[in-house]
Amino acid sequence: MAEYEPVIGLEIHVQLNTRTKMFCGCRLSSGDPPNIHTCPTCLGLPGALPVVNGRAIHFGIMIGLALGCEIAERSLFHRKNYFYPDLPKGYQISQYDVPLCLGGHLGDVRIHRVHLEEDAAKLNHLGTSGRIHGSDRSWVDFNRGGTPLVEIVTEPDIRSPEQAREWLILLRTTLRQLGVSDVDMSQGSLRCDANVSIRPAGTTQLGTKTELKNMNSFAFLERGVRAEIERQERLLAAGEEVVQETLHFDPVSGSLTPLRSKEEAHDYRYFPEPDLVPLLATEEMVAAARADLPAELPAERAQRFEQKLGLHADTAKLFAYRAELGDYFERALAAAGADGARNGDGALEPAELSNWIPQLVERIGSDADPATSNVTPESLATLATMVKAKEVSRDAAREVLTMLVQEGGDPRAIVQREGLGAITAEDDGLAEIVDRAIAADPAAADQVRSGNMKAIGPLVGFVMRETKGRADGGEITRLIRERLSS
Amino acid sequence: MSDLIDLTAAQAAERIGAGEIDPAELFEAYRQRAAADELNAFTWVAEAPPTGDGRAQTPLKGVPIAAKDLFCTEGVPSQSGSRILEGYRPPYTATVIQKLADAGAPLLAKTNQDEFAMGSSNENSGFGPVLNPWDRRRVPGGSSGGSAAAVAAGLAPWAIGTDTGGSIRQPAALCGIVGLKPTYGACSRYGMIAFASSLDQAGPLTRDVTDAALILRNTIGRDPHDSTSLEFPGTIELPSAEDLKGIRLGVPEDLTGAEGGIEPGVMDNFKQTLALAQRLGASIEPCRLPHAPHALSAYYLIAPAEASANLARFDAVRYGLRVAGDEDLTTMYSRTREEGFGAEVKRRIMLGTYALSSGYYDAYYGTAQKVRTRIADDFRAAFERFDFIVTPTSPCTAFELGSKTDDPLAMYLNDFLAVPMSLAGIPAISIPSGLSDGLPVGFQLAGPAFSESRLIDAAYALERAIEFDGSPARG
Amino acid sequence: MLDKAQVLHVARLARLELSDDEVDRMAAELSHVLDHIEKIRELDLEGVPPTSHVVDVVNVLRADEPTPPLPREVILAAAPEPLNDGFGVPSPGAQ
Repeated sequence: MAEYEPVIGLEIHVQLNTRTKMFCGCRLSSGDPPNIHTCPTCLGLPGALPVVNGRAIHFGIMIGLALGCEIAERSLFHRKNYFYPDLPKGYQISQYDVPLCLGGHLGDVRIHRVHLEEDAAKLNHLGTSGRIHGSDRSWVDFNRGGTPLVEIVTEPDIRSPEQAREWLILLRTTLRQLGVSDVDMSQGSLRCDANVSIRPAGTTQLGTKTELKNMNSFAFLERGVRAEIERQERLLAAGEEVVQETLHFDPVSGSLTPLRSKEEAHDYRYFPEPDLVPLLATEEMVAAARADLPAELPAERAQRFEQKLGLHADTAKLFAYRAELGDYFERALAAAGADGARNGDGALEPAELSNWIPQLVERIGSDADPATSNVTPESLATLATMVKAKEVSRDAAREVLTMLVQEGGDPRAIVQREGLGAITAEDDGLAEIVDRAIAADPAAADQVRSGNMKAIGPLVGFVMRETKGRADGGEITRLIRERLSS
Repeated sequence: MSDLIDLTAAQAAERIGAGEIDPAELFEAYRQRAAADELNAFTWVAEAPPTGDGRAQTPLKGVPIAAKDLFCTEGVPSQSGSRILEGYRPPYTATVIQKLADAGAPLLAKTNQDEFAMGSSNENSGFGPVLNPWDRRRVPGGSSGGSAAAVAAGLAPWAIGTDTGGSIRQPAALCGIVGLKPTYGACSRYGMIAFASSLDQAGPLTRDVTDAALILRNTIGRDPHDSTSLEFPGTIELPSAEDLKGIRLGVPEDLTGAEGGIEPGVMDNFKQTLALAQRLGASIEPCRLPHAPHALSAYYLIAPAEASANLARFDAVRYGLRVAGDEDLTTMYSRTREEGFGAEVKRRIMLGTYALSSGYYDAYYGTAQKVRTRIADDFRAAFERFDFIVTPTSPCTAFELGSKTDDPLAMYLNDFLAVPMSLAGIPAISIPSGLSDGLPVGFQLAGPAFSESRLIDAAYALERAIEFDGSPARG
Repeated sequence: MLDKAQVLHVARLARLELSDDEVDRMAAELSHVLDHIEKIRELDLEGVPPTSHVVDVVNVLRADEPTPPLPREVILAAAPEPLNDGFGVPSPGAQ
């Protein structure tokens, strides 16, 4: 059976956090009572007209610059025509063949285009589940209608569900840093659809793609994409064809259901919006957007972590793409710098400090923000520095970390309280324990004497147990070999 | 009282300013005439004069105005002549109506019109046809038929209508009054129930050119609510020209020479008016507008296309007629629109939807927009040699009710002299230039963008010389 | 040139439930109009830019400042089916 390679592209909608809507002065809202932020324009009343929000354009250009896009000198708004209750005018004002931005890339995924449009209103359904099936009456809340949206479409450069998830996290971090959106998937300010197809590995022709909708968390995105890849693989293995369709992913059941098409294949009948005038991205506008970009975006931060601080590439990306980890790490690094100077003894390497972040994350949950835990960056830095200075063994430090997560506080105090300070070769007690280990397992000792280093394991284990992990494993090994070679 | 209604708006304003007339009395005189209307010119008439006395200080002094049904007027029915909006009272007022009210011209009445401004005879109204005061067996023209009939019959001192493809100028011509379509963008479209966004413009229908200038002066201006509205360069001057010395008039034979296009009586009158213009000192020469003969085709692709999108909001969700609300969504949409829209509107929605649809966009809508560029270029070139382009406004005088309703194309052909100016976005005015078999004929002058003051001045000089008597229509 | 199937397709796009008579009439009328309009396709328009905007203006932008909304009771007063402080409609799923 042929090996298939997934080909994935993402289509992302970002709600901008301007104060007012895309084409009128109504406030944006969240969780407000229905229909209190409306006007003739966003209600689609007869005679109403749209007027473009300049700040939304500014944010759009910022996003384009951050994604390395070409900002179009001249772009147009178009009408996208279809009927639905959440679309008051019977058309959405969007951009079609002359969008604000073309090209670009983020990380290792190319961007196809970025454009501006208005969000639809909210259609609510009566009935017990609040879901559309099984309800008979729906009602529309126009508060959301008209919210500025940026649509970002990638090239189909993504090759795995994991990569899709990781890339979306990078995008979210980037947009958050720009300050242009809350980018909260659970609130709907970041929405992601995926286009998925598969093809025999090593070929270049694209297979038929399907569109996946309703993945409103990073985890659901990964699972949905994976489920769809598997479904397509099963189809092809059974000699059937993939049909182009739109599918709804249900994260609870893991099932993919074809969405009943709103109407047959859409004919949106795009034409340039006659109620608006062309948009020219002047030098001033682009310069103003560039001036509002943060000094360092996540992709750049990853590079700095790797190249300047010597972090492993994967770690660098992880810390940059998840800004909370990167921020925490840099605070700890700053604290360690000060600490290191005080200790004097060989400052802690950034890479060494970085190893402690995953240890912390393991203990607080992979989606949690370390800054909200009981472990301050300063205490993590202190702990790492103590390990480096051999004041406490690595194993003991892990125990201390667990306690820090539970109760917070100062690692030195915990070490003292629990008696977890390192036992080193200078302590007589350790030499005595090593002798007892050798005496307890003469067979292993003989093996080591005759050159078989692998046999040293049980001896080291004995000492570790006796010292309750307070001695450093490397130290123990060195001592045992010393003893046995004499 | 008959004295009052024989005054032009400007004359009435002057008398009010001089303390000779009480604006409330003027309002009431017109209100009663409007309420007793037999031409079906109105969809709503005020029940009482406006309160307050602030109008003494305003430019228009309280001379009331009638507004076409499609202008949103807060709390007052605004239906664009359609059953799908029957009784709809908007929560806001159109900018130009507000400007007029602020300038001292309160709302007297809303006038009947072809449904959604689509028509050239006012026979497409959801509320019945309007009758021409010159001959009640005949149409007043459209789509601003009610406005034109009302002004011609002395039921309103003046009116504000809209022109998309001749809808002010053609009814003005058929009713023997003045009608002006300004430069596109000169007046705000905010609050005008849309027909074709890139063509619709508000403009005056008046007894004379001076009244038209007064309305224009108080309706132009950039509106932050309308992205396509512009700051008018310069001011609108009241006309004073006594002759046409040095004025170069161009006659586009690509239009006026159209075979079988223009009625002989209308053509005769046109030639007489040209001769008069010459006596006033104008030079007359033929000019070329090579793409103008295709303007009608381009118009009947662009306007319906934009309209098909503009009318998609009538979906029974937020306002207006609802039919079959207990059926499924698609049925509710389709039956509401089927019953709420009249035949002409449905025809144009279909035409426009088709012109934009997949596979046809380039051939139809796309091509029409290119023709439009060429038409604008033709006018620009012509205006390098001529001050104004002149034509008869309408190819015929008022025709009988029902005589063209069987043939949509025949009805569309009524617009062929007016539509080129709409596509080019340039201003054009129609003034009554005489009678043909007892029915009014209109003379059209078109000028470059923002030439309204000069255009009005030239029209005024001609108007003075023509001395058209509109009083027979006032009964 | 516009047959019945095409008329029905366009009517569906435009959400118009035309009667059988209307479909026939529409096919004839639109064909007649299109025959006339078709002639513009014979023009040589090579290289001519379409007029997408009539006014020679660009970048009409509004400051991001809130303006007063319409009161809810006013907008719902026009609603054919006020429901839950919103606009009631048949559920789209129920088709």
